[in-house]
Amino acid sequence: MYLGIVKGTVVASRKAAGLEGQKLLLVQPVDEHGAAVGDVQAAVDTVQAGPGDLVYLVGSREAALACDPWFVPVDAAIVGIVDGVDAPHAGKAPP
Amino acid sequence: MWAAAKHPAFAGRSLFVVQPLDERGGDAGASFVAVDHAQAGVGDKVIVLTEGNGVRQILKAGDVVPIRSMIVGIVDHVVTE
Repeated sequence: MYLGIVKGTVVASRKAAGLEGQKLLLVQPVDEHGAAVGDVQAAVDTVQAGPGDLVYLVGSREAALACDPWFVPVDAAIVGIVDGVDAPHAGKAPP
Repeated sequence: MWAAAKHPAFAGRSLFVVQPLDERGGDAGASFVAVDHAQAGVGDKVIVLTEGNGVRQILKAGDVVPIRSMIVGIVDHVVTE
């Protein structure tokens, strides 16, 4: 799982079967400091996130498992809205 | 890390940001988010499972659990040659 910041909304009226009604958001993956990591991606939203929210996502097969129905072609899903990150040891080896 | 709005599968589960390390304690790759299953604390050196089927075997909560990474142990020390 990984952190991301919601950058926008994807509107797609024609989607694969099972994805009807699923909200798609554009997400920039970030590290614990909010710095961008990798490319922006489209992700299914399961928690009513909105633009600017720091969220955490699950990828691969587990992304589809976050959806209902779960046998759907999805490879990233937003599964939580982050309220805070405490990372005092980030960027160096723990003591 | 804390989050109020969560997918139901994450309800009641602690989340940590985890930094992968090499055997000498140096950073090895990008940090990620993991569910805690070992009562870990910030600064602990831990063992993390990053494979969803293993997570589902541990949780015994059915086949539709969207959790992919889980802290499954706390490392006391590492011995290298």
